[in-house]
Amino acid sequence: MAYRWKNTLKDHHVTDEAFFLNRRQIMGGALAGLGLASIAGEARAQEALEPNSYEDITQYNNYYEFGTGKGDPARNAHTLTTEPWTVKIDGMVDRPGAYGFDDIMKAMTVEERLYRFRCVEAWSMVIPWNGFELADLLDMAGVQSSAKYVAFETALRPDEMPGVRFPVLDWPYVEGLRLDEAVHPLTIMATGIYGKDIPNQNGAPLRLVVPWKYGFKSIKSVVRITLTDKEPPTSWNKANAREYGFYSNVNPEVDHPRWSQATERPVGGGLFAGRIPTLMFNGYEEDVAELYAGMDLTANF
Amino acid sequence: MTRVIDAINRGARRVPTWVVYILYMLPVPYLLYLAQTGGLGREPIKALEHELGEIALQLLIIGLCVTPLRRFTGLNLLKFRRALGLLAFIYVVLHLTVWVVLDMSLLWGQMWADIWKRPYITVGMAGFLVLLPLAVTSNNASVRRLGAAGWRQLHKLTYLAVVLGGIHYLWLAKGFQLEPILYMAVILALLALRVVPKRR
Repeated sequence: MAYRWKNTLKDHHVTDEAFFLNRRQIMGGALAGLGLASIAGEARAQEALEPNSYEDITQYNNYYEFGTGKGDPARNAHTLTTEPWTVKIDGMVDRPGAYGFDDIMKAMTVEERLYRFRCVEAWSMVIPWNGFELADLLDMAGVQSSAKYVAFETALRPDEMPGVRFPVLDWPYVEGLRLDEAVHPLTIMATGIYGKDIPNQNGAPLRLVVPWKYGFKSIKSVVRITLTDKEPPTSWNKANAREYGFYSNVNPEVDHPRWSQATERPVGGGLFAGRIPTLMFNGYEEDVAELYAGMDLTANF
Repeated sequence: MTRVIDAINRGARRVPTWVVYILYMLPVPYLLYLAQTGGLGREPIKALEHELGEIALQLLIIGLCVTPLRRFTGLNLLKFRRALGLLAFIYVVLHLTVWVVLDMSLLWGQMWADIWKRPYITVGMAGFLVLLPLAVTSNNASVRRLGAAGWRQLHKLTYLAVVLGGIHYLWLAKGFQLEPILYMAVILALLALRVVPKRR
């Protein structure tokens, strides 16, 4: 592993939403009292993110296996059995096998990561995830030097997932990353939100989070991880290659054919919240731009 | 069966058209109330936009039912067709207003680019433009000025508008979704009924 990602945000120990918001206000007040309000304002613009409410995060979801409406997953996903859960890790690894969720959790370091989340539909949230770095999980299985890509697969259970009765996508949902993207310290497997277990509609019991890519890359309810030397197929690319590339990096300059990506609408602001400009790599440019050095991001979108 | 239809026709003659306007405008304050109070979910802007667009498309479809209903069942709702058409137009305008003001927060440059670059928006906007002359001429004075035949000819543009609306919906949906497909199927079926030859 190259390095561990350091959270520059100040809220990383907080697990309770009320406390989260409370402390932010106290801090803001203290800074204002010292006549540092302008500095505080600047810091906020750059990195102090305001997390969305737990309700925003858990009731406005795309999880097509439970329906295509934004409220469908929260209504329907309770049928998903998440215990016991095993993740099959196979392909170019030294220790392939079915890894039990509890065994994984015992071996991993869970941290809180406050990340921006940008949907390709041009809405966004800020989410306090709990999770561990994917690199650590891959280390557990021992990635072989021939591996270049990581493929992921979501559970496919027609009895528990009413949405898969209709061929909205080619089930099961699959995704993929280049190995260097997968082991990047920003890439995590999330197991919680606001310190609570991750709800089914958000991808329980563990889901990928790649914060500089559009949300659909962050595959939910992962049951299989395969190390391979070929670029793996991805669900949205299979459904519409012209619109959804393999990389799907957040990029305000490269438009999706149906959604301009220059701006985004933060969820939770109410009727008159307006739009904000979208940041290159969703604000993680400093951390990840080098992964794509020399690549034409218009061709590799 | 014919007795039931005769009864409905007699009843319908007694219902003033303003009743249709009032009833069909009630969803507007209700939706705004829901949007303000969380009843439309976590993203009230998108929900409002979708609801208004869907009602507009439904109204256009109901308008398309008037002629086949009369032809095949004898049910005469012709009197309400103008109201249905104008209401559809009002809902399209509301749908567009939500997009311009609340969704895009008046970012004219981006909206202009979207209209040209995103086919589903281009198609939706075309549908709106097609409805404009129809809405403007939905009054008795225009019928007189254009002549009944000319007016009827012009108002066949409804067929184009509803197809554009259906495509707009189909195209904006991500993946292969059931609802827009059903809408489109109904639209095409209703248009197909118009080419069924008259029996003599």
